[in-house]
Amino acid sequence: MVMRWRFFRQLRVASLRKIEIVESIFDPWKLQQDYQNQSMQGKTDYGATASFIGTMRDFNEGDDVNSMVLEHYPAMTERQLHQIIDEACEQWAVQNTLIVHRVGEILPAEPIVLVAVWSAHRAAAFDACRFLMEALKHRAPFWKKENLVEGSTRWVEKNTAG
Amino acid sequence: MSIKVLYFASLREEIGRASDKIDISDANNGSVQVTQLWMKATGRDSLPDELLVAVNQEYTSIDAFVKDGDEVAFFPPVTGG
Repeated sequence: MVMRWRFFRQLRVASLRKIEIVESIFDPWKLQQDYQNQSMQGKTDYGATASFIGTMRDFNEGDDVNSMVLEHYPAMTERQLHQIIDEACEQWAVQNTLIVHRVGEILPAEPIVLVAVWSAHRAAAFDACRFLMEALKHRAPFWKKENLVEGSTRWVEKNTAG
Repeated sequence: MSIKVLYFASLREEIGRASDKIDISDANNGSVQVTQLWMKATGRDSLPDELLVAVNQEYTSIDAFVKDGDEVAFFPPVTGG
């Protein structure tokens, strides 16, 4: 009985999704468009798309930053992002999700993360997109190391408040 | 029992390596607590204030028990996005 319940639960949260970790600069607009074309071909039941793009700032905590290096724990990153998407799908009527995250060396103004959500109505898309982004920041195992303009390097110790 | 231990980010730099393979011969009932594993792997008696722990890529607490073949990761608060 428990097995059966788990089976149905998995079915319920199954939704279109793509998670991608990339090691070089990416164009979030193109990736989102390409993914939508490829994964939602022929679909006409979605009425809302919400997307968030995080880019690298050239300052942090009062210091000018030249570049940064993003490290991650590959297997756990994928696993955590899948769980976060599952949770969003349990709370909102999400039709499709795309998460792209950069690793390696990043320069100011380059995109770090793209979270895009498709749904029938705007509330689900807005709310799920915000939820995914906040959950990613707190649970996905990525770490930033900054190279400051004045020459030193430092690990970012915590997220900004938002 | 043999356990793979991983370190990330500032913790990896402090410890000076990215991973350890820890063999424990005196495990109680085939399992060992994460705190004991930390001490054996790092040689440190104390735990960093904001240490995060994952066993087999799932977050857990330092009080959790691990068994042969588990992958245990120690790391500081995450800062992606």
